[in-house]
Amino acid sequence: MKSLIFKTASSYLLPLLLLFSIFILLRGHYLPGGGFVGGLMASIAFLIHSFAFGLKETQSIIKINPGYLMPIGLAFAVGAAIAPFFVDAPLLKGLWFEEPFRFIGMVGSALIFDIGVYLVVIGATLTIIFSITDTV
Amino acid sequence: MLVAVVLGFIFALLVPFFSRFTKRAISLVYPLIPLFLFLYFLGFLEKIKSEGQILFHYNWVPSLGIDLSFRLDGLSLLFALMITGIGTLVFAYTANYLKGHQYLDRFYGYLSMFMASMLGVVLSDNLMSMFIFWELTSISSYFLIGFNNDDPASRKSALTALSITGFGGLVMLSGIILLQVVGGSYSFTELLNSSEIIKNSNSYGWIIALMFVGAFTKSAQFPFHFWLPGAMKAPTPVSTYLHSATMVKAGIYLLARFTPLLGDTIWWNSTLVTVGAITMVYAAIHSVFRVDLKGILAYSTISALGILVFLIGIGTEKSLLAAGIFILAHALYKAALFLITGIIDHETGSRDVSKLAGLQKVMMPVAIAGFLAALSSAGLPFLLGFISKEVMYEATLQLGNWALILTALAVLTKILLLVAGFWAGIKPFTGNLPSEFNKAHMPSPLLWVPPLLLGFLSLGFGMFPFFIQESLIQPVFSSISGSDTTIELKLWHGFNLVLLLSVLTLVSGGLLYFFLKPSKALIEKTFKFEVISPQNIIENGSNLFGSFARFWTRFFQNGYLRNYVITILAFLTLLMAYRLFGEVNIYIDWEQISTVSYYEAIVVLMMIISIIFAISTNSRTTAIVALGVVGFANCLFFIFYSAPDLAMTQFSIDTLTVLLFMLVLVKLPKNKSFSSKGMKFRDAFLSLTFGVLIAILTLEVFEEPSSSEVSKYFADNAYLLAKGRNVVNVILVDYRGFDTMIETVVLVIAAAGVFSLMKLDLNPSKKDL
Amino acid sequence: MEILLVVIIGFLHAGGLYMLLRRSMFKMIIGLILLGNGANLLIFLLGRLVKGNPPVIEDGLKVFTDIYADPVPQALVLTAIVIGFGLQSFAIILIKRVYNVLNTDDLDELNSTDEEI
Repeated sequence: MKSLIFKTASSYLLPLLLLFSIFILLRGHYLPGGGFVGGLMASIAFLIHSFAFGLKETQSIIKINPGYLMPIGLAFAVGAAIAPFFVDAPLLKGLWFEEPFRFIGMVGSALIFDIGVYLVVIGATLTIIFSITDTV
Repeated sequence: MLVAVVLGFIFALLVPFFSRFTKRAISLVYPLIPLFLFLYFLGFLEKIKSEGQILFHYNWVPSLGIDLSFRLDGLSLLFALMITGIGTLVFAYTANYLKGHQYLDRFYGYLSMFMASMLGVVLSDNLMSMFIFWELTSISSYFLIGFNNDDPASRKSALTALSITGFGGLVMLSGIILLQVVGGSYSFTELLNSSEIIKNSNSYGWIIALMFVGAFTKSAQFPFHFWLPGAMKAPTPVSTYLHSATMVKAGIYLLARFTPLLGDTIWWNSTLVTVGAITMVYAAIHSVFRVDLKGILAYSTISALGILVFLIGIGTEKSLLAAGIFILAHALYKAALFLITGIIDHETGSRDVSKLAGLQKVMMPVAIAGFLAALSSAGLPFLLGFISKEVMYEATLQLGNWALILTALAVLTKILLLVAGFWAGIKPFTGNLPSEFNKAHMPSPLLWVPPLLLGFLSLGFGMFPFFIQESLIQPVFSSISGSDTTIELKLWHGFNLVLLLSVLTLVSGGLLYFFLKPSKALIEKTFKFEVISPQNIIENGSNLFGSFARFWTRFFQNGYLRNYVITILAFLTLLMAYRLFGEVNIYIDWEQISTVSYYEAIVVLMMIISIIFAISTNSRTTAIVALGVVGFANCLFFIFYSAPDLAMTQFSIDTLTVLLFMLVLVKLPKNKSFSSKGMKFRDAFLSLTFGVLIAILTLEVFEEPSSSEVSKYFADNAYLLAKGRNVVNVILVDYRGFDTMIETVVLVIAAAGVFSLMKLDLNPSKKDL
Repeated sequence: MEILLVVIIGFLHAGGLYMLLRRSMFKMIIGLILLGNGANLLIFLLGRLVKGNPPVIEDGLKVFTDIYADPVPQALVLTAIVIGFGLQSFAIILIKRVYNVLNTDDLDELNSTDEEI
């Protein structure tokens, strides 16, 4: 897997795929996509990078241990779920900002929730794969 | 009232904590609790006399119709007084009897737990709560019988007692439920109003049969009697309290309680009379073949319980009155005899009645108590036992055709019981003291006062029956018989047949006592019949059941995963096949089926080929690649049929799975073929059948209408309510957001599992370095 | 086309079960995945097949005007796929780990290893 073409390609692929995964995440509410798919795409992006450059390199790019993404993601999801409590609404009720944001579109608690899912999926998948490659 | 019942439970909970701080001295304070309850119940005497019954109501599980309602009438009051009164004496007695025992506090805990549950049984108006308390008495009795838990015999007896009484309790539960179905209520008071409906219903036979099993097991009636002699392994206070005075009478209580509701039918009466008569004669004969004091008392208790069942079964007013008096008389004298046995055992270390003699020289008060109890049990004039015996003979003599044989049986039982009572209460206290018991000395007052008190009560109630006639016996009689005839207890009935029978009983019993000496040789003769004893038959039955269960478990739980899968799926397949081929017609609406385009056909073909590859190949890489193809073909189907989200997800997951497999499995050894041809054929056959059935099932589901309310609601409101256009995503993050949240947690758990599996150091040798 | 899919579902279940009954752990996991695929397809099929109309409301509209594919089975299957991945990866790691410790792939040899670990 140390071919030059693969290395060069994957170093460009990583940011592209990550960007794509965020795009997929954000448009999920209106077009096919969403947190699950986005998270999986991002994981694949990192996986491809680690194939080309080795695990150490990829880990140094991510900086933090992917395991930490799981609690952060869960916190996002739970936060979005209990946010309606503060305005006296039932659990998980969708709350929305009145006006759409530029580039992103409508932002609401559902999007925060989806971001949580996205982070959990990346965290879980990368944890699984890294702990395997680590010991192979 | 609730407090009165629960007090014992609270106490049982607190005892172990108390005793840690207060050492042992506090055990002298414990009897105050039953004493307090005794006085509390004594306070109701006047009220019950005038009002008949008092109801207390507390909600518990209103949705199931189960509540804590307590009903205090004559019968429950008599039992409550016996439970707390004898309880007080037993608590005091125990303080000395088990002095310094390591687990004394635990013993008190069990004892008060039992007391509370027994109170619950006799006071509950709701049959469900009565059942719960009923089972609690079985459980506390289990703890108490097995109190000496380092003795295997003790453990075995405890288990026998628990299984018999617990089994009976469960049978009774079904009876109660049936009663509720027919009578429409769990409340005894309400059921009383529908007594006629219940008696005339088709289930009546079942109800009384089930109730009888409950009562007979608890009250040790033939053929369930054998647990009671075994239960004598318990410390003597327990035998006194549970196994003669109170718990075993729970069955009697049940029968007496239900007499106004279910009684007075031919089935009720004849069953009870038959079982009671068999039990009383059988156990009475047994009791004179024993030499162990406790054995004698155990069998005479069974016999007395038989008499009670017999009397309730006769069902006339006289006989019910006799039962009411006998419950009290028996509790008083039998508890005294048990306590005396405990003292003798404590002081001499022996319970062998053929050796014991002459103890009056060292323990006069105990001897007096013994004499009083034995004479009351024999039914000598001026003792309560006399009155109960007189009324009983009167009752049996009234029965027309059956009078002769039933009276004869009653007299025979009474004669034998007289002998048994004399052996237990008089024999140890007459004659000369054998030298081996020289060390025996006067016990502490805590031991001898309780039996003496009971003895004097027998004497007092016997001499002055008017003392209890109106306050206690009259309400008991009214609540058992349901009639309000005024009763009269008399010592002197004049010269008549009853008196003659009494004299006959006393004389022949006395003669028998002088001529028949207890000896071991007699017992050994009875052992020949052990083979056909109910105990043996039931024990063999349960052993057989045990080995069958073992065989069954071994057969199915054989430790091979695939055998489990085969068993489960073969069963499932058979079940489905039965259902599908039996009643279902497959009808395919060709109009609705979409046509097949060439690219779809290619994908289908690809999929089938790759499935076959994945199954048949022996190379790992081929299998993984084939699996990948299956996944991608699946993904194509999702694209064809309007599921872009699914397609994307399936695609990414498939990629990840294949990569994962590749990462991990490169290092694994070569595939080996483990299975024989026959096994492969069997598995293939099962799998194909299963697959075909699943396919048929799928076709079957197509019959159902396709439009679902839920989907329509979700789709219609996706934008209006949730501001999203992708309905699938809206379902995931909004409508069913909670599910998704839990799902992410599952994913996190899987990741944590993988992480710990990989990092876990399973090689212990490394730790040593 | 539905009939063909039904046949495939049957095949997937049969194949999955057959592999599940093998002694090799590796084959067992293959069976597990095949069964998972079969079940997903089954649920998906129960929502009926609709061509070219994903359950996405068109821009500018507030409700569906055309027919659309049933979104509920899709949401179910999506969840099932992701959970299935968690399960599969755990199973894959498990066999690797077992192989590392016990040096075998044979399920039957796992019966008496309680004290060895």
